[in-house]
This record gives sequence, structure tokens and C-alpha cells, in this order.
Amino acid sequence: MAEQKEKPRKVGAMGMVPYEMALGPTWTKFFEGFKEKKILGTKCKKCGRVLVPARPFCPRCFEPMEEWVEVAQEGTIVTWSYVNYTYFGVTPDMIPVIGAIIKLDGVDCGTGMSTQIGGLDIKDFELVTKKVKVGARVKAVWRRKRQGNFRDIDYWKIIE
Amino acid sequence: MGRAVAVIGTGQTKHGRRDDLSYPDLVREAVKKVFEDAGITPKDVDGVVYGSMPSMMEGMAYNHFYFADALRVVGKPLLRTETCGSTGQSVAHTAIHWIASGMADVVLAVASEKEHEGDAQATMMTILEPFLMVTIGGAPVAFSLQSREWMGYYHIDDDKAREAASIVSVDSHDGGLKNPLAHIRVKLTKEDVSKAPIITYPVRLYDVCPTSDGACAVIFASEEKAKKICKKPAWVKGIGFRGEEYFIGDSNKAVWQSTIEASKEAYKEAGITNPLKELDVAEVYNPFSYQELMFLECLGLCPPGEAPDYVIKGTFSPGGELPCDPSGGVLCTNPIGAAGLIRVAEAALQVTGKAGEHQVEEAKLALSHAMGGAEQFNGITILGSEL
Amino acid sequence: MAEKYKLIKDLVRMEIVDFTFPKKEYRTGRHDTVLPYNWALGPTWTRFFDGLKEGKIFGTRCKKCNKVLVPARTFCPSCYEDMEEWIELPQEGSVETWCLVNYKYYGQVKKPPYIIGQIRLDKANCSLTHFIGGFDLSDPDKVRRKMKTVSRVKAVWSKEKHGDIYDIAYFKPI
Repeated sequence: MAEQKEKPRKVGAMGMVPYEMALGPTWTKFFEGFKEKKILGTKCKKCGRVLVPARPFCPRCFEPMEEWVEVAQEGTIVTWSYVNYTYFGVTPDMIPVIGAIIKLDGVDCGTGMSTQIGGLDIKDFELVTKKVKVGARVKAVWRRKRQGNFRDIDYWKIIE
Repeated sequence: MGRAVAVIGTGQTKHGRRDDLSYPDLVREAVKKVFEDAGITPKDVDGVVYGSMPSMMEGMAYNHFYFADALRVVGKPLLRTETCGSTGQSVAHTAIHWIASGMADVVLAVASEKEHEGDAQATMMTILEPFLMVTIGGAPVAFSLQSREWMGYYHIDDDKAREAASIVSVDSHDGGLKNPLAHIRVKLTKEDVSKAPIITYPVRLYDVCPTSDGACAVIFASEEKAKKICKKPAWVKGIGFRGEEYFIGDSNKAVWQSTIEASKEAYKEAGITNPLKELDVAEVYNPFSYQELMFLECLGLCPPGEAPDYVIKGTFSPGGELPCDPSGGVLCTNPIGAAGLIRVAEAALQVTGKAGEHQVEEAKLALSHAMGGAEQFNGITILGSEL
Repeated sequence: MAEKYKLIKDLVRMEIVDFTFPKKEYRTGRHDTVLPYNWALGPTWTRFFDGLKEGKIFGTRCKKCNKVLVPARTFCPSCYEDMEEWIELPQEGSVETWCLVNYKYYGQVKKPPYIIGQIRLDKANCSLTHFIGGFDLSDPDKVRRKMKTVSRVKAVWSKEKHGDIYDIAYFKPI
């Protein structure tokens, strides 16, 4: 390339696109349950599994899941992870955070939604590794004001 | 399976931070190299397959159209394939099916990514469905959750897993040092890896792949064309691909069904009954060192729950029974869309003796693999030097 | 959400219009995507945009097929060879086709109505996509009658230049 005046440049830009997504009847009913502090699951009439979050159809049998079951608000930790870094949209005051997958009593799958572990000093890493373990029992703690979305469960606290 | 298919040429860009080139020029770098390697011209190509992560990653929609000139697709049929991390394998499989079916004789497969043009973690978390999945932590969180589930399921001691993962990281980074095209080329010790800053525990800084820019191109040909054009084709011996449920909690991620079934299908097609003994090199998809331990088990390379023991013994290290990721793997180079196809290209280089400094001696049969989504897809391609 | 937008107003020169969705029957969830990008221009486009900043339009010529293409390209799409010869092009040309845009959408770069056209600059072998303007666009019939009489256009430059394609404000009929 003949004569370049400077090193190749980069151009900054922001992509901003608005979306509004339909939840559909199943998830609408599921989140209405959150407003009333209820966790609702759906049961497949073919394989008998109860799944949370509620589904319109069973992913393995492909049958519609029409039976609704209110499930327990306690469960066991299947796995957890301690998140300690930032990226665009996550500010340093938002971390650290403990994400987890929890198997609720009576449910046949793990639930990875609104499943942050809390109720202990998360910044104390030693304490976290002592208390948060695969197999530990946890219980849901609800927010006082609920809007019918995944933030309604504030966190899950470890019960001895 | 249809007709036999072979790899007759590969091309990769220098992976890393490529601010010096615009994205189409980066793709062209790989495409120019593959035509030189295969010794053919664009006129000889019957079709093009392209894949990358969803367009939001670089903010350019329909980028297969943006690269139409660079891919030399003018006047040719084009297919676009996308399965997140396993895109590279899907692109290879699409090309292979196209030729095996008899509908094309020579197909150009290209995959690329330019992650420094966007914020990869933010994009992946933002364009994920926002109502029902884990919302903070980026890609590392899903795989850390899986690693701990695996450790819990097999009752593997934290320290033993930590040591095995550190060995994996050190071996991969040593491979990167021998690969002039790799992004990360540093010398690490087990101590460096075990004490690095925490990203999403148990995963630490050196257990994680980098954000890279890069493109990879591979040319596939039918048996007849390959024998005519290429002196040393790398034959496709077997392929496999499986998908899984959407929600992470729906199935057991320690005994990972999609990897197990996909590898069984590939081994059956290739006629392999004892993969550990029969394979000479494995290019396993390893963006997270802990995840490679799981893959070694689910790909049938060691008994379930025993991967840390085998790794600590040195089975998968350079010079061991089955060297893994001699090119540095995904831990050294991760342009996400291209990573799966780079594994295929590296496997082809190994079985044709063209891998240069990171060549595994006398390699005749190589496995390449990639995983996609939040653990929903797994694809495998096995290449060999004999038909 | 407001915080994310604050970041944006500093980086981008477009207006953020409040967007309203049509009413839906079941519950819906709002999920706007706001993501940062940083695109590499590479040596060719860097030089092309530098040219625009100085009020010049550059094209490149392929030494194999002799075609001159604008905006400048790194390689010739037909021959696949590097295009290394840079040519400063005249800023006048003919209109190959045009279209009057008269509706709004989110994130629009220019407020409608405006005309987008394909302009074949003198000496170029391909057309350049840009705005055609400099006259009253409020009445589509008047626009149609005016465009029937237009054969040549000339570039009009923006007062403030940033090194992007909008440094050319529009092409005006001559």
C-alpha cells in the first residue's frame, strides 16, 4: 500500500436495538405465580416429570405439559460458581455473585433461573468455599415487592 | 455415509488482535492461504459454506453477505451455518454432507470471528433469552457450573481437579509456543495457573480462553477430485453431531449425553473400537481447562471420573499416549466461530505431516471436536491419512 | 437503561427517539440490546476516510482488469488481486437510480424525507450509494418531476468532517 499517513484506525459505535418479546401463556402463568410467592412447575403426562421453569411442552416427549404443580421452595445445590469479573453492562459494584443450579424438592430437573446464593458475606471467599457446597440445602428468599419476573426471588439462603 | 470426502487444503490467519485489518480483509487472508495450500483456483470450487457467531458479536448483520467478495462466492451457491461454539464443526459437516451426497465435488468451508470489534461476553449475555436463564457471568459461568457438577458427581477432590486442570493449561500453552499462528504464546508453570485471579470459581485466568480475531478456511473434495489434485489428502473417516435440551438444568452435564453419543457415532463410522489406543492425536475443544477433563471422559478416551488421574499420569501430555491439542487448542486461540474449524484444520495438518514444529510424530488418525451453546451441541470429525 | 444511554450520547451523533411497541395480548418482556462496538478499518478504508476528511474521493484501480472502484477496496472482487493504485476521482457523476425514503424507523441515521441514490462518478466503474438532496423534498410528486430532469449531480461536503461517509453531506443536482 503506498503512503499511509497513520496506523489503521478503529471506529467506535453503539448498537442499540429495542425488543419486546412475547412470553406466551405458560410463562405468563409461571411469572404470575412469582407475584404470589409461588413456584409453579408443569408435569408431563407421558414421562411424569415435573419441570421448573414451567414449560409449554416436555422437551423429551414433545407432549404438551398441561398439569400445573406448586413445588417446594427448598432444594439441593447441584452446582455453583463464584463470578468475579466484569464486562460491558456489569459494573464492579455488581460482583462478586454466586450463580447456581438448584434441584428443588419434587422437581425432576435442575433450575438455573433466579438461583443466586446469598445470605452470607459473598466477598469473603474462604467463607464461601466453606459453606457453599454441592449437596447443600437452600431455601428461597423473596423480595418484598414483586413484579412477576425472575428478580422476584432475591436469593437462596443456605439452611443448616 | 455416502461418497468418501477428503481435506485437500487448509489456511489460517495469524490469530490474535488484528486491528491492522478490516474484517473482510481478515477473511480474505485465510481464503488466499487455503487456495495456495490446495493448489486450486476459485473456478474449481462448486460451493461455499460460511459460519460465525450471531451477527450481534461484531455488530454486522448477515456477514456472509458482507464477505461475499472475500469468500469468492460470486456466482456460486452459499450455505450459512451457525451453532455457536460448534459452528466450525457444523461448517465442516455441512461441506462434508454436500460432497458425500454427490451434489458437489469441491467445497470451500470458511469460519471467522473478530471479537475485538465488540464485547464478546456482553453480547453473549445480552442476546441470550432474558427471562429464564442465568443472567450474570458471561460464558465462563455456564462452564464453571458444569465443572463443579462433574466434580460433585464423581466426588473428585478440588485439589486433584485443580492440579489436573493446571497440567492441561500448561500443556496447551506449551503447544501455543510451538504454533506460530496461535494467539497466546506464553510459558506458564502449574503454579502460575493455580494461583491466577479468579474469573468464575473454580475457573481462573489461565484456565480460560482468550478473545481472539481469526479466520480459518478448509477445502473439502470428493474422492475422485482429491486423488487427482492432492498428493496427500486427509480423509474424513467419521463424523458425529448431537444436540441437547435448552435449559442447563434439564440434564446431567457430568455424564454429557451429546458428547458421548456424537463420539460413538464418529467412532462407529471410522471403525474405531479403542479410541485411546487407535487415535494418534486429539484436537479437543478446550476453552476451559476443567472442561477438557470432562471431554476426555465423555469422548471415551478414559473411564468416567478418572480423567484427572490419567492427565496427572501424563497420558494426554506431549509425548504421552494420546497428545491433546498440540496446536495450543482453544486455550491459546479462540475466535469463537472459527475455533471448531481450526480443530479440523489442525487435525488435517497432523495426519498429512504438515504441522511443522507442533507435529506429533507419525500421526495417522486424528480427532477434532467442538462444543456449542450453553452445552447444547457437540460435533466431532475424525481424519485419517488412509482412505 | 438510562445509564447505558448516557454512555451512548457521548459516542454517537444520532438522536434517541422514544420507541413505543404496539399493545400485545399476553405479557411481554422488554429487552433492549445496547452493545459497544469498535470496528477496525484496516489500511485501505483508513486511507479512504482520511481522503474524505480532506474533501477528496479516492478510488482504487485493479491492474489486471483496469476497473476503478469506489469506495476504495483492498482487492478487486472479480480478479482477487490487491488493488494498489489509488486515484482521486472527480466529484461529479450521473444518477443511476434513486429512491425517496418517507417513513421512520428506530435508529434512523437521517430524518425522513430523504433520497438515497446510486451515483456513478466520472471515471468510476461502479456506483456509490449516497444521499441526493439540496432541494425541497416535502412533496413526493414534485420530487418525482424534479428527478426526471436531473442527469448529473455533484458532491456537497459537510461543514464539520469526522472521517466517515457522512463527510459528504449529499449530492446536489447540477
